[in-house]
Amino acid sequence: MPNTEYYHDRVVRLFLLAAAVWGIIGMSVGVYAAAELMWPALNFDIPWLTFSRIRPDHTFGVIFAFGGSALMGTCYYVVQRTGHTRLALPNLALMTFWGWQLVCVLAMTTMPLGITQSKEYAEPEWFVDILIAVVWVSFGVVFFATLARRRIKHIYVANWYYGAFIIAVGLLHIVNNIALPVSLTKSYPVYSGVVDAMVQWWYGHNAVAFFLTAGFLGMMYYFVPRQAQQPLWSYRFSIVNFWALISVYMWAGSHHLMYTALPDWVQSVGMAFSLILLMPSWGSAANGLLTFNGSWSKLKTDPAAKFMVLALVFYAAATFEGSMMAIKTVNSLSHYTDWTIAHVHSGSIGWVAMITIGSLYAMAPRALGQEAMYSRAGMELHFWLHLSGLLLYVGSMWTAGVTEGLMWRATNADGSLTYSFLDSLIAIKPMYLIRWFGGVLVLSGMVVMAWNLWHTAADARARLIKPIPVPIPEPEPHQVPAPLPAAG
Amino acid sequence: MSYKQFEAIEKHAGLLGILTAVMVSIGGLAEITPLFMEAHAVKAPATVKPYDPVRLAGRDIYVREGCYLCHSQMIRALRAETQRYGHYSIAEESVYDRPFQWGSKRTGPDLARVGGKYSDLWHELHMTNPRQVVPESNMPGYPWLTKTKLDAADIQARMRGLRKLGDPYTDADIASVPGAVKDKTEMQALIAYLQGLGIKNEPVAAGTGASAPASDGGEP
Repeated sequence: MPNTEYYHDRVVRLFLLAAAVWGIIGMSVGVYAAAELMWPALNFDIPWLTFSRIRPDHTFGVIFAFGGSALMGTCYYVVQRTGHTRLALPNLALMTFWGWQLVCVLAMTTMPLGITQSKEYAEPEWFVDILIAVVWVSFGVVFFATLARRRIKHIYVANWYYGAFIIAVGLLHIVNNIALPVSLTKSYPVYSGVVDAMVQWWYGHNAVAFFLTAGFLGMMYYFVPRQAQQPLWSYRFSIVNFWALISVYMWAGSHHLMYTALPDWVQSVGMAFSLILLMPSWGSAANGLLTFNGSWSKLKTDPAAKFMVLALVFYAAATFEGSMMAIKTVNSLSHYTDWTIAHVHSGSIGWVAMITIGSLYAMAPRALGQEAMYSRAGMELHFWLHLSGLLLYVGSMWTAGVTEGLMWRATNADGSLTYSFLDSLIAIKPMYLIRWFGGVLVLSGMVVMAWNLWHTAADARARLIKPIPVPIPEPEPHQVPAPLPAAG
Repeated sequence: MSYKQFEAIEKHAGLLGILTAVMVSIGGLAEITPLFMEAHAVKAPATVKPYDPVRLAGRDIYVREGCYLCHSQMIRALRAETQRYGHYSIAEESVYDRPFQWGSKRTGPDLARVGGKYSDLWHELHMTNPRQVVPESNMPGYPWLTKTKLDAADIQARMRGLRKLGDPYTDADIASVPGAVKDKTEMQALIAYLQGLGIKNEPVAAGTGASAPASDGGEP
């Protein structure tokens, strides 16, 4: 059979570029917002530059613009490689790229203008939400249509996670954003009060679960074995973890509402499932780390592997912390404080950003027709900038959070409160300075990555890249993963 | 289950997709459906009224400016909280909040019962430049709020929308908007909203018919 099919990598390269650009934009907004908490005059009395207006831009920018572009790009890359097929519907795939970029630009420009639903991580108003739904369904169509034309019968586990990510995020987005528009720029959700709170945190927590975890686990399950040059430590274990993770996560959202007006039974169910969740979370982390068995020496030579290993360590750390924070007793101290901020950033800068950066460094040379990244020293520098920034960030915010929690509950011998609210703010201000500096380090690492990618992409810019032929016929003699045993 | 059943899932994308969709739906259905059903039974106490036009405008300015990112409106049922902020918040108090404003982070203090704690003038000075009244504050200034007047037609459209969603606004309420908001600035609307937070909607102590003092965090 003549070999006439080529991997469709143009859309992958576009998403790679978008991820680098949005990463810098989203993190720059974060650094600026952190500076405003330290020096509040920095909004210069301009509405769209004010902390409360740009904070959603930071979260949307890093989660959906940076993370989303990286996820969609790697998803298109992985589904082709693991299925030995080119993308189905390449024009629709290209449309999802431009559609997603339009979504990001619209969201990032309307939110600072005050056009917001005020639901965390779902701030964009109804017209952006509709566009998100259209792009997302198209993304799902391309993904499942590509799976349908795969030449490897068995669906590799990375695709399971990508598939769950697509299905669940679509479901969450639509249910949480049902609203009645009253004008072009304003809508009211159909839910109110306590129901809205439960729907919002069911969404909010599972945006973490399926956007920031399942999607990135898909990335991990492909790029970690690829970079370690080892088979997955246990394939069966990855599948057990898959079903546990996707079914348990959906119960845990109510741990965001401990001791609130949410009915007690929902709080307790949320706490119990959050503790159970530790098992599949650590299962996935262990599976990824143990895959490096036999390849640990790569840590000396390959910065991409270093990013991946640290990402898995932080995944284990952040999921452990999350389960502990879901215990009501711990939550009564940590909730509303900067401990939450520390936890989120240990998960996002530690797990999400590092697995993304590791995967981008693994994927970029292959997608850009190079032997390796342009500068290995640049990758090393990025790693150390990122890691030191991360440690400064979470260390300072842990300290700030525990300080706040303890000061808010401290009472004198006569039962009166020891500290005013302002006392706690004054106490943690130095931590805000350290956090800002940590953010600057992480951001400068991203700039180094963008510079490195720019030079690695020299051939792509000159349109010199040779398309990569899809290996046909199947089955491949060196198929990764190895074909499973026959039934029976 | 033997490997054969797993194999069916692992080799058929459609089956895998459907089972995934089923598994991710169970948790949400189990937790949200009872609340959704209950929500139709939960009625606001007589003292909790839908927002009047000026306060509604103020609430939407609160949303627009993103105040919820640094201020919670949810006093938890913990002693240190009720001591600092007043009676813990109950579900009925937020039935007219679309979306809910419970918040998730306190860079500033909780506002669920801030109404009446400060004067209107203090609020205006504070929101124009917080460091005029609290030198150590890290809250941004919102001086532009004094420059924009409220738009009656826009507020009426909002009230009609909310009525469709079930909030009990009458035609008379909607007709009263132009008179109520005439010459009011956004700053005045936001202050009216803040001054109404937690006022007259604390739960009444059972049996006695008297309102428990907020600072005691008495039983509802």
